[in-house]
Amino acid sequence: MNISNQDVQHVAKLARLNLTADEELVFTEQLNAILQYAEKLDGLNTENVEPTTHVLHLSNVMREDEERESLPIEKVFANAPEEEAGQFKVPAVLE
Amino acid sequence: MSLFDYTLSEIHNKMNGGELSPTDLVDQAFKTIQERDNRVGAYLTLDEEQARATARKLDDKLKAGGERGLLFGLPVGIKDNIVTEGLRTTCASQFLSNFNPVYDATVTKKLRKADSVILGKMNMDEFAMGGSNENSSFHPVRNPWNLEHVPGGSSGGSAASVAAGEAYFTLGSDTGGSIRQPASYCGVVGLKPTYGLVSRFGLVAFASSLDQIGPITKNVEDSAYVLQAIAGYDSMDSTSANVEIPDYLSALTGDIKGLRIAVPKEYVGEGVDPVVKEKVMDALKVLEGLGATWEEVSLPHTEYAVATYYLLASSEASSNLARFDGVRYGVRSDNPANLLDLYHESRSQGFGPEVKRRIMLGTYALSSGYYDAYYLKAQKVRTLIKRDFDQVFEDFDIIIGPTAPTTAFKLGEQVDNPLTMYLNDILTIPVSLAGVPAVSVPCGFAEGLPVGMQIIGKAFDESTVLRVAHAYEQHTDFHKNRPTIVSE
Repeated sequence: MNISNQDVQHVAKLARLNLTADEELVFTEQLNAILQYAEKLDGLNTENVEPTTHVLHLSNVMREDEERESLPIEKVFANAPEEEAGQFKVPAVLE
Repeated sequence: MSLFDYTLSEIHNKMNGGELSPTDLVDQAFKTIQERDNRVGAYLTLDEEQARATARKLDDKLKAGGERGLLFGLPVGIKDNIVTEGLRTTCASQFLSNFNPVYDATVTKKLRKADSVILGKMNMDEFAMGGSNENSSFHPVRNPWNLEHVPGGSSGGSAASVAAGEAYFTLGSDTGGSIRQPASYCGVVGLKPTYGLVSRFGLVAFASSLDQIGPITKNVEDSAYVLQAIAGYDSMDSTSANVEIPDYLSALTGDIKGLRIAVPKEYVGEGVDPVVKEKVMDALKVLEGLGATWEEVSLPHTEYAVATYYLLASSEASSNLARFDGVRYGVRSDNPANLLDLYHESRSQGFGPEVKRRIMLGTYALSSGYYDAYYLKAQKVRTLIKRDFDQVFEDFDIIIGPTAPTTAFKLGEQVDNPLTMYLNDILTIPVSLAGVPAVSVPCGFAEGLPVGMQIIGKAFDESTVLRVAHAYEQHTDFHKNRPTIVSE
């Protein structure tokens, strides 16, 4: 499996990253090397092997559906790059 | 002799005797940081004002003779991916250079409750991605034993500060070895607990199925104290294990007679520096002398662990880091053309090269058409790796090997070759994939740099891991050695 420059551009778009031309070149080379190394997994027969997503048995943490106080609004916006009228401000989505 | 050379028990005895106060300890910590950290670079943020205020309160408590926490008066540094209310938490990333959390992580709360004093936040590889601490977007950390060498990563700041006497103990986080490997490189004790034993609430997630918080200390007894203070079920964390927490301190009996040790041939074979192997074999002789026995075994899927880990961890990272979009917190790009541009530019400007590389790898592995070939395949191989450990633990109490194949390498030596860098973690990654506990303890030196021995236990059997590490430590002096920077 070889990753092309176009593949890298496509993945960057999915990952919401803008890459410079230099970054594209370096990542194409490095991702190819890493994925080529990962191909060693193909040599293992994993038929009928269950995947391990987690080493623990997990169950969701539930609580009673009771009304309780939310985070104070000043704390919600304490780290916001931009806020206005009690909302996170972002560039207009609709013209 | 510095106050930082006393064990935790000795410090507490001195406090009981009125010879020492929490303010004395904090004074010494900041004095040491001032003298050494411009060379080591272990801290990203200091909180001197708050630390001194806390110490003064503890001074009063000491005088009043009230009940004291398990870590009373001890100055601690916290890895900068663990949130601390009101204290800047950056994950060593430009993206979070202005981020002040509005709440405490569960471990932060527990440290405060145990009466320790938070000195500041420790340098690390950006978002805990790296094995050398050269990926911090602020400045690299240097190894106190030789400033030309790396301290290991990603908890490099946490390990280097303890080695340099700049913190009494620290917390790190370990995803593929990020507590144990820097502990090995810096000659200190680093414990990765069983996955789920310590709450991850408030740890900025890298790879959620692997991340675990643990202590970095100068000796094993201190490690047991810190684990006692931070372990336990947390309803705020859906991955927290609801298990009974034993008394880790009472496990430090020194008695390991009849203990059965497994030594995987893959951990002492090709790729492991002969000097590192020799030091671990010497350590096994010490354990034999204490009544343990050992046999060579095989963990046959070890060679697949690094590939498995990088596919799984990068996939989880690409998902976890999607939240960094410049909208609710963190740095935002200037004058974005539209909302999509805001996401793209904020992320491109905020993340460093290693983080981008892993996001790219993870996004690719999870993308349509490749999921089964990479992500699902890696999850299945993880099952095989876990089975290897289960099988060995049917016949043995503990597994021992080196923590890392070599001692600390030079800064810049591997920075251009990510794959070579990833292979440094080959002996710590399988443990993370299996979710079992392991500690790295100093077991010798090679050309002036520390060598670490890794002691691996069954899930939730930290007591045995600590018991073996402590018994070894009682019969060796490697953990008492200090780098030259300390005696200058």
